Amino acid sequence: MARELVRRLRSWEGLLLAFLLVVLAYNVTRVPNFLTVSNQVNLFQLGIEKAIVVLIMTFVIISGEIDLSVASMMGLSAAITGSLYESGAPMPLAILVALGVGAAFGLLNGYFVAVVGLSSLAVTLAGYVGFRGLARLLVQDRSVGGFPDWFAHLGQHALVGPLTLSILIFAALAIIATVVLHFSGLGRLTYVVGNSAQVARFSGVSVARTKIIIFMMSGLISALAGVLMAARLGAVRASTAEGFELDIITVVLLGGVSIFGGVGSMIGVLLSTYLVLNLRNGLIIAGVTGNTQTGIIGLLLILSVLIPNLAGRVRERLRRQTDPSMRAPPDRLMEPTRSSAASG
Amino acid sequence: MSDAILRRVRPEQFREVILLVVTVGLLLFFASQIPNYFDPRSVNRLTTGLAITLVVAVGQVLVVLTRNIDLSVSSMVGLTAYVVGTLLTRSQDMPALVAVVLAMAMGLGLGSINGLIVAYGGVPAIITTLGTLALYRVVLVEFSGARTVTTADLPDWLNDVPSATVLSAGGYDLRLMVAIALLVALLGQLTLRYLPFGRRLYAIGSNPEAARIAGLPAQRTVFSAFAICGALSGLAGFMFLVRFGNITVTAAQGLELQVVAAVVVGGVNIFGGSGSMIGALLGVLMIETLQQSLLRWAGISEFVKDAILGLLILIAVTADTIILGRLREMWVRVRRRDQARSQATFAEERGVVHGA
Repeated sequence: MARELVRRLRSWEGLLLAFLLVVLAYNVTRVPNFLTVSNQVNLFQLGIEKAIVVLIMTFVIISGEIDLSVASMMGLSAAITGSLYESGAPMPLAILVALGVGAAFGLLNGYFVAVVGLSSLAVTLAGYVGFRGLARLLVQDRSVGGFPDWFAHLGQHALVGPLTLSILIFAALAIIATVVLHFSGLGRLTYVVGNSAQVARFSGVSVARTKIIIFMMSGLISALAGVLMAARLGAVRASTAEGFELDIITVVLLGGVSIFGGVGSMIGVLLSTYLVLNLRNGLIIAGVTGNTQTGIIGLLLILSVLIPNLAGRVRERLRRQTDPSMRAPPDRLMEPTRSSAASG
Repeated sequence: MSDAILRRVRPEQFREVILLVVTVGLLLFFASQIPNYFDPRSVNRLTTGLAITLVVAVGQVLVVLTRNIDLSVSSMVGLTAYVVGTLLTRSQDMPALVAVVLAMAMGLGLGSINGLIVAYGGVPAIITTLGTLALYRVVLVEFSGARTVTTADLPDWLNDVPSATVLSAGGYDLRLMVAIALLVALLGQLTLRYLPFGRRLYAIGSNPEAARIAGLPAQRTVFSAFAICGALSGLAGFMFLVRFGNITVTAAQGLELQVVAAVVVGGVNIFGGSGSMIGALLGVLMIETLQQSLLRWAGISEFVKDAILGLLILIAVTADTIILGRLREMWVRVRRRDQARSQATFAEERGVVHGA
């Protein structure tokens, strides 16, 4: 029992939990009412759009790909919503078009990655630049606002109890994402595809279909997050959500998902989501400005991969020293590098 | 006919020809649309616009060839521009050479940090440089305290550099900065073709495992690529300072996309192992031409710029994969047929000998 507990704590999730408790303790001691419901709702509300996109980014990265275009997609969908409404379209229609465009561009990303066979880095880099460009084309350097009351109200005020619509959507999506990733066929396929696309193909898995679905959902959910952001902020600019991809990818990797695909859990990602929210809050309390916070998140991103790597190497060396049968140099080339990132 | 061509030319060399044709075609198209397109003033503006991007692109090619990427270049350019600018305002009589060396050394240091983390820490380049992109920018913000380096505070000689001209013929100038950039690109191309270090970049990028098994110093080579990329970003930072004079904390922001786009459009494979400096030069030229000319042509607004850049990356990458893939297949088929034929004649000759 005790040993089981120790094993649990030494896993990546355990490490995250420990770190989270430290940051939480700092926040609680510095801010008297930190753990009150309204304060926690505020905490989530400030980064809720990122938290929503993190859920789908987990699927993208576990499937062995990356989507750099999510933040630009959020900006584009916000811009579409704003400019359509401005030009006289009813709000629901504007939202629907924004979501449709998100799904369509996500599908396009998926098509180029899965069918044409391009690197997702290159394809979504094009999206990263291109979607932002389209957003700029739509709203130029203006700020588009003056949305109907119900829209702004949904974005800014509590809907059920103390919870806002965005938080409710996040909670629902988090449950769905957990169930799909860990208890469904699509989830298993995501891991299989991420572990080795070739093995997956030979075992009769439709790699292309799995990846297309994931990229399409990534576009759709990013667009949804963009609409929610427009509602929360009450105004839309071309630069809405700029730079968010760094935060989103950081949270996923910090949650123990391997950048090489095939490894990771939704629990870890949810833990790291809450951790980063708390960390940002703590940094604000400590008087660190927004720009510097981003730098610290960047540092965290590097360390979240660097430390497990180095720890794995040290452990390997120790094992080789104590166990004579391991003296013969193991074939390091055959060892998948991702195991070191995963075992933490 | 096509077989004869395929015997002489590698598929990768077609890429540069295609790029050249497309770029020349673009130039001719805009020349037919915009009056006085080739007059000295606009040509000079186009070439000076190239210089900074080109220097950074040369460094980026080294990194991309090894199957890595450096997204932090813009922050390195901004940081060195600001720091060297500040130093120059404080000590006005600093020699020009010292300032350049200082900028490059600083870039080298920043690039080495990237290289260390990627090559020896085993952290994927995209993660590392996405992190340092933010981190170096923060260092700049903290260091500057949101103050600005202004042209007025810089030494006078610095303000003369942008218009300094090496060669001039009929109003067409070869500006000093452009000459430096072209020299860097030329040195880069020679390195890739003739130095062991350059060949190693290709070997590691096209098959990292094989390169390591063959005993190539993969870690050291990748580290050097990042370090050099940093040093060139430092040089570009100095050029940035010279060209713009006013340096804010957001200096050079977004340059990384320009550079990666130019490199990718220039046919450097994002999966490493293939590409050249000439391609990168053509890529930079093509993007700069498109961006500057579209602004002048038919009053297309500045806001389209990014959308076009994104589309261009996608087209370049797709075309590259599809066309080159087909060319490579044809190339291999021809090679194989030739090989089979020569083996057949070889066997025949041996057969004759045995028969005798």
